[in-house]
Amino acid sequence: MAKKKTNASKPTVSPEHARHLLHQMLRIRRMEERAAELYTAEKIRGFLHLYIGEEAVAVGVMEAAAEQDAIVATYREHGHALVRGMPARAIMAEMFGKQEGCCRGRGGSMHLFDRTLRIYGGNAIVGGGLPLAVGLGLADALQGRDGVTICFFGEGAVAEGEFHESMNLAELWQLPVLFVCENNLYAMGTALDRSESQTDLTEKAESYKIPSKAVDGMDVLAVEAAARRAMDEVRSGQGPYFLECRTYRFRAHSMFDPELYREKSEVDAWKQRDPIATFFDRMKDHDLLSDADRKALEAEVNEEIDDAVAFAEAGTLEPVDALTRFVYSDAPSGAASNGQPAASPAS
Amino acid sequence: MPELQFREAIRAAMVEEMERDEDIFLMGEEVAEYNGAYKVSQGMLDQFGSERVIDTPISELGFAGLGIGAAMNGLRPIIEFMTWNFSFVAFDQVVNNAPNIRYMSGGQFKIPIVFRGPNGAAGQLAATHNNSVESLYSNFPGLKVVCPSNPDDAKGLLKTSIRDDDPVLFLESELMYGMKGEVSDADDYTLPIGTARIAREGDDVTIVAHSKSYWRAMEAAEELAKEGYDAEVIDPRTIKPLDIETIVQSVQKTNRCVVVDESNPFASFASEIAFQIQDQAFDWLDAPLVRVTAPDTPAPYAGNLMDEYMPSAKEVIQAAKRVMYVD
Ligand SMILES: Cc1ncc(C[n+]2csc(CCOP(=O)(O)OP(=O)(O)O)c2C)c(N)n1
Repeated sequence: MAKKKTNASKPTVSPEHARHLLHQMLRIRRMEERAAELYTAEKIRGFLHLYIGEEAVAVGVMEAAAEQDAIVATYREHGHALVRGMPARAIMAEMFGKQEGCCRGRGGSMHLFDRTLRIYGGNAIVGGGLPLAVGLGLADALQGRDGVTICFFGEGAVAEGEFHESMNLAELWQLPVLFVCENNLYAMGTALDRSESQTDLTEKAESYKIPSKAVDGMDVLAVEAAARRAMDEVRSGQGPYFLECRTYRFRAHSMFDPELYREKSEVDAWKQRDPIATFFDRMKDHDLLSDADRKALEAEVNEEIDDAVAFAEAGTLEPVDALTRFVYSDAPSGAASNGQPAASPAS
Repeated sequence: MPELQFREAIRAAMVEEMERDEDIFLMGEEVAEYNGAYKVSQGMLDQFGSERVIDTPISELGFAGLGIGAAMNGLRPIIEFMTWNFSFVAFDQVVNNAPNIRYMSGGQFKIPIVFRGPNGAAGQLAATHNNSVESLYSNFPGLKVVCPSNPDDAKGLLKTSIRDDDPVLFLESELMYGMKGEVSDADDYTLPIGTARIAREGDDVTIVAHSKSYWRAMEAAEELAKEGYDAEVIDPRTIKPLDIETIVQSVQKTNRCVVVDESNPFASFASEIAFQIQDQAFDWLDAPLVRVTAPDTPAPYAGNLMDEYMPSAKEVIQAAKRVMYVD
């Protein structure tokens, strides 16, 4: 009798790679848990949107990203920045509002940027990142570079005009963009079927003739495999691709959300599919990872995040007279504070 | 008079008007089942049902325009922007259709619509979530811009705004939603759009300030009083139409003026007041008008930078002393 092919079949993944994926997911999880504590302690202010439960998406997709590729994400982007290579220190210091942060305390949790890593921002306006991503793709295409822009956004953004204009332009001009829709079923308190006439989001992509696929966003291996195939297609010059990752956020939308729009039983059911726990169990079943591996990784991650928090804590505040710095490319500190254009350097 | 939170006063205005007139409905993101992102519309879905308290997808351009269409076709929509920052996604509808259609159609269509939601700074949210829109939108002829500083004004002015046959932009504040104050429960309590309130009388300097800035001005006035200076504080309450007469009369008495406004300074409400005062009360002025505003800079995230960014009572005191030549 042929062995039934189930999800439980031995995955084709090396122990090293399994270890790496688990490590990346744990890094996000731990950083986010600490961020929540630090928010309560009022070290992190403003809005804070946690990625807990959705780690497999950023981790899986980022495996398919090369150095020359660009990243655009939303306000729920700490994890994306971290696994793209931004040091936890730079993220934490930014959320503390310190000048050692990735944006010198100008952007905060919702606006993480890093030019050298080609992280073109968390974007706090729903849908606001999509046209930027297509523009990044346009610039790469026009300049003959083979970078692909990976654009993460929530399913809530699909209701915005910016989504539709971006999808059309990307396909019309065959631009190298991977659209990654993180479908966690709720936009704040609005379930997808209360906001969309067509809830199969791949159909929307298809309507623009963009090839698409929906994947289990709780399964890091499935996400990675789908992202690799998608990136190969985009990289080979076949225009954009739409990847829907079906996932779930375990925490509130932000730190102020009584979560009355979903049943606790639903949340609990999804927690049974925790991307970290399920991945580890599966790897363990196939002797690819052990409890000792996990323990060691957790210790390593705790150390990394503790270090990041200590770094942020010890960080320094930007002097307030630098407030007006970076408004214009040529404005010296303090120049443009009263609405007058900065004096030219020669004057 | 009952004490209400700012959010409750806004809700009371909407509820009373919706009870009075079936053509009024509320539409926006999370206004119904979630009871409002800031709980302004709490309970309204239960009271009025889903045909009059309508949740939208995240489609600002769409639902702002739908509201205008519905207004052209006989209804009186209240459109909530979760914050005014997101009205920029709806900009075309708010600035091209809402204010212009009555004019372009030679007066055939009225647009009785209220756009409302929280405006301005709300803590450390960084540049995209910190926009103060009063100067921007009051630049468009055909829009009215209302900006109350306390629950009672909010109720009276919102009721009037809902009854107004023209588009009214009603600007609230996330940081003030929990603020409590006595609110009139008089039958049919309304306040006219376009009348300022003299909140504090004084002879030494006029301070004009609306919304959150009003409270900075009042703090400053208290401090100045301790030093023997009597400030007159005027809350314009509506940015457009502007009750310049009340402000001018005050300046004719004090001969000095400070405007406090958390918006960015260039081409701003504060600049407009400065122009109008020099135009109408030039001979009464003993000092150039001074503005206390945010700098001409996007808002930062970091707490220390944000503290520097926002107008403070201290800056208002300094400005008042500057125009009184006592610093
Ligand atoms: C244009 C705009 N409208 C509204 C908001 C307020 N807002 C922030 S997040 C959010 C929900 C977005 O949901 P989704 O796109 O599914 O992403 P998720 O938060 O679930 O990751 C809303 C309505 C915003 N930031 N920008």
